[in-house]
Amino acid sequence: MSFLITEDRASRRTVIGRMVAGLLVAAVFLIPYAVMFGGSLKTRSEILAIPPSYLPREGAQWSNYLTMWDTPETPVAFNLISTIVISLCATLLVLLVATPAAYYTARFKFPGKTMFMFLVIVTQMLQPAVLTAGLFKQMLAMNLYDTWLAMILINAAFNLAFAVWIMHSFFASVPKEIDEAAQIDGAGKLRVLFRINLPLVWPGIVTAVIFTFVACWNEFAASLVILSTAENQPLSVALTKFVGQYSTAWQYVFGVSIVAIIPVILLFMLIEKRLIGGLAAGAVK
Amino acid sequence: MSVTLVPKRVSRRKSAQEGGSFLAALPWVGPALLLILAIVVFPAGYMIYNSTRKISQVGTDLKGVGFDNFAKVFSDPNLPRILLNTVVWVVVVVTVTVVLSLVLAQFLNKPFPGRTLVRMAVIVPWAASVVMTTTVFYYAAEPNYGILNKFLTDVGVLDEGFGFTKNAVPAMSMAIVIAIFVSIPFTTYTILAGLQAIPNETLEAAKMDGANRWGTYFLVILPQLRGSLAVAVLINIINVFNNLPILKIITGSIPGYSADTLMTYIFKVLQFDRRLDISSALSVVNFAIVLVIVAIYVKTVKPMKEV
Repeated sequence: MSFLITEDRASRRTVIGRMVAGLLVAAVFLIPYAVMFGGSLKTRSEILAIPPSYLPREGAQWSNYLTMWDTPETPVAFNLISTIVISLCATLLVLLVATPAAYYTARFKFPGKTMFMFLVIVTQMLQPAVLTAGLFKQMLAMNLYDTWLAMILINAAFNLAFAVWIMHSFFASVPKEIDEAAQIDGAGKLRVLFRINLPLVWPGIVTAVIFTFVACWNEFAASLVILSTAENQPLSVALTKFVGQYSTAWQYVFGVSIVAIIPVILLFMLIEKRLIGGLAAGAVK
Repeated sequence: MSVTLVPKRVSRRKSAQEGGSFLAALPWVGPALLLILAIVVFPAGYMIYNSTRKISQVGTDLKGVGFDNFAKVFSDPNLPRILLNTVVWVVVVVTVTVVLSLVLAQFLNKPFPGRTLVRMAVIVPWAASVVMTTTVFYYAAEPNYGILNKFLTDVGVLDEGFGFTKNAVPAMSMAIVIAIFVSIPFTTYTILAGLQAIPNETLEAAKMDGANRWGTYFLVILPQLRGSLAVAVLINIINVFNNLPILKIITGSIPGYSADTLMTYIFKVLQFDRRLDISSALSVVNFAIVLVIVAIYVKTVKPMKEV
């Protein structure tokens, strides 16, 4: 039983006690998603049956994962495509815009830099929900109402600050001397950024990319108001249409949710170790 | 904000030294600046402008009305209840979240086999869409076929299924529980980051001095967590205050405004009444509150100090 020996040399009983408590904690946080998964495998009649069953009695209906793309409530396949397109484009835009800004502010002083970083911090604390009324009228006036482009811009703008902030702290940790040595060898600023810095700060970039992507993937408030055509809406908005219906196709709601949640959780787990570092820097929201 | 107090002449000389004027910086920070100005600063200003206009239901700007929209907002008979709901919502969710997260972080900081897996499980509600998490709770609480009601009747807590989402008070309570559930992961990780930053020597010194467990916690550990607690509390206040999906799903089918917060009310006025002018005025009030919280954040957490 050597695995029960921990760094703080707790007694065997204490360690077992911690493991049991750990199991309970994990259960609390996972049960809703287990219910979701179990529900996604039930038939429509079973999930609406009174009284309900804890586990699928009629056998797991894996076919739900094939039939769920076609429901009368909302065009799920289109919603998934919208979610993917908006999240990918917004993340790409953030990466393109935030990387040079983070690099330059970490390396050089310039008049207005303090103002710029202050603006970034204020933006980081804002969410699209706070400004939705303004964004709604603005997108109407710009003829961007009900377009993917509007949501790409909104998602990118509101997640930009976090990306700038975290990449800034990573660039700042690369010694300036490395840059200067490369510049003496005749490399331009862009070359120094791409060849010298990016390979060193890629963990920061990965963290920024994953965080931005997840935030865009789950965005709800602005999409709800800006996107009115069912086909344009992301999954977060589309799924609310099932709620409150007389006989909701819950098995489909849950199947779609599982498909949407799993990739995001895997991405988040990839940066689990870095989350704590990022939070210590106060950069994660 | 001592950074801004640096005399201009000095900073200009320094920037020249490092080869950077504002124009030289523009290609690098310009695109980010443009995006923030166009999609964050502009709509904020536009929203304030719209709050002083009369706007038709199809979005046509009819005329300026001064502060009439604000007068309507503040004389709205629904407002006291909505503000009360908002305060209860934010205070209860943030307080309970922080207390539970302090306990959970303390636990997850202790070594035991399988700890990484437990930490991963705690991440799940943070990564998962709030809409989807809330939806499964809504389903589970359905009085007839909901699995939570079935469980509560099976263990004898309830005699028959209870309509949690049918009336304002139980629905609000349930929304509060869900909000706590989805807020704990971020908060726990923030506190965990704070715990890991406490040097081991500090804890050992406390032990040597003969401090007991509770004494060590309240006199040594908790004061060291001040920084991460400030971040956790302020970001939670902002997130909870601006949360839309949980209440929209759980209390959305309740008629009237007895279970609304400022945020859900703004969206009802915007979406169902299509009163862009009134919702802009409400949003400006909401925005002002958010800016106060941001100002407190900048002042207490001092995120600018390393720039």
